[in-house]
Amino acid sequence: MKKWREHTYSFILLVVVLVLWEAIAFNIKMTFILPSPTDILMKLWELKKVLLLEHLPATLCIILIGLGISIILGVGLAISMNSSKIIEKAFYPLIIFSQMIPTIALAPIFILWFGYSIWSKVLVTVLITFFPITINTYDGLRAGSNDLKELLLTMGAKKKDVFLLVNVPSAMPHFFSGLKVAVTLSVIGAAIGEWLGAQAGLGYFSRRMMTQFDGAGVFAPIIVLSAMGIMLFLLVKWVENKTLMWRKSE
Amino acid sequence: MLMIKTVLHFDSVSFRYPKQEKGPLIYDSMKFTVREGEFVSILGPSGAGKSTLFRLITGLEQPTGGKILLNGEYFSNRLGHVGYMPQQDLLMPWRTIWENAALPLQIKGSKQADMRISVEELLKEFGLGGHEDRYPAELSGGMRQRVSFLRTILTGSQVLLLDEPFSALDAITRLSMQEWLLKQWEKRKKTILFITHDVNEALFLSERIFVLTDPPVSRMEDIPVPLDRPRTLKALDIPEIMVLKDRLIDQLRTKATT
Ligand SMILES: Nc1ncnc2c1ncn2[C@@H]1O[C@H](COP(=O)(O)OP(=O)(O)OP(=O)(O)O)[C@@H](O)[C@H]1O
Ligand SMILES: [Mg+2]
Repeated sequence: MKKWREHTYSFILLVVVLVLWEAIAFNIKMTFILPSPTDILMKLWELKKVLLLEHLPATLCIILIGLGISIILGVGLAISMNSSKIIEKAFYPLIIFSQMIPTIALAPIFILWFGYSIWSKVLVTVLITFFPITINTYDGLRAGSNDLKELLLTMGAKKKDVFLLVNVPSAMPHFFSGLKVAVTLSVIGAAIGEWLGAQAGLGYFSRRMMTQFDGAGVFAPIIVLSAMGIMLFLLVKWVENKTLMWRKSE
Repeated sequence: MLMIKTVLHFDSVSFRYPKQEKGPLIYDSMKFTVREGEFVSILGPSGAGKSTLFRLITGLEQPTGGKILLNGEYFSNRLGHVGYMPQQDLLMPWRTIWENAALPLQIKGSKQADMRISVEELLKEFGLGGHEDRYPAELSGGMRQRVSFLRTILTGSQVLLLDEPFSALDAITRLSMQEWLLKQWEKRKKTILFITHDVNEALFLSERIFVLTDPPVSRMEDIPVPLDRPRTLKALDIPEIMVLKDRLIDQLRTKATT
């Protein structure tokens, strides 16, 4: 119950904004530019089958494949950088630099490479999600206490033991922080990818509605997209809480 | 006469930290011996090199010159041969109490199920029964130190090095921990080297006190404590011990100021 009460104020604010929105939209009367919240809800209901059964699975697929690749790539890179100074020196600056590249500007090229297939969208998603995972995991691996590592050495632990017993557990909370950021970004990444060229997906559908001047139709898939992002975030948070039980005692 | 085994011997050991190649020596051909079953305290001002001594014995550092013998044998790699209990408890926050205590067994390759039973038994004996599955953050400082000590015992080593284990505890808890430690030492017949800043603690616990001067140290003063066992805190008030106490405090004080 307490958890709900914490959100009372943001809930009130949300209701106020929605009411204002409804009032303004009602007065402007230009649904194709500014649909009212009730218009959007009605559209959502009308399109529920197409959105949930056709376009949602397409986008979810991109997000899950993209995140999966990012996790494998990011964790692998973090472990390699942690284990070798040379790899760290070679990759770290480039990884930072890769974030200066405006991914959105590059995305049309991916369409040239991969066409309208799923992989152009997956690539966009990977490009913007691997960064938080890599950097956080890498920082986490280095966060392991030096004193603790030395204590393990005095017990006769090998390098591998120290890595598995100290570095990996110390990295877990950081990894989950990175993953939570990545999940949020992945929704944006998939949507951008679909805008540029796709045959299905929530981002694609929203853009198609734009060309038909269907304002409510633009917003409806975005609502579904946000809801999906929130669900994914909560899912990661749930797994995090299950994995890091000990943090509750702190 | 009964032959008492030598468990630790420093044979003209010199040491400086490798990073400070031109820096001063911390030890300059130092010699000392510790026999099996002894309780030796190491007393010295801050920066004298007490923790460095333990780093040398455990094998985290290698002597610049001379040899360190364990049980009369020379090992070039001493890691894994002595039990070391650091100043902070260094329990892993992500492991439960019993998992923390079992760490040395796990490193030596024991099976999960075998460990659990023996560790649980010991936890009970250490007054930690019922806390096996809690996390370190849920325990008091004294309890955590007992887990840390149990972990040191479970290394299976004859020689235990304790680096100011009780310095973070309040005075009352500290007293009961000292008495508890003596009981454990008598029961388990271990050899203990115990670093402390506290003269009373050193007198109460040990048979001999090594006093470290400022570096470079070539000889530690070796002071026997003329008290029988079992000891009580009252015993520290007899005139002979009072004189010794004053002498030690004076010694530490002049060393800290010069
Ligand atoms: N890793 C290290 N590298 C270089 N010098 C060190 C290192 N650790 C300690 N020293 C130096 O060695 C000297 C002895 O340090 P040590 O930690 O052994 O002192 P200590 O007697 O344990 O002091 P305290 O009572 O404050 O714990 C100090 O001058 C310190 O600066
Ligand atoms: Mg020290």
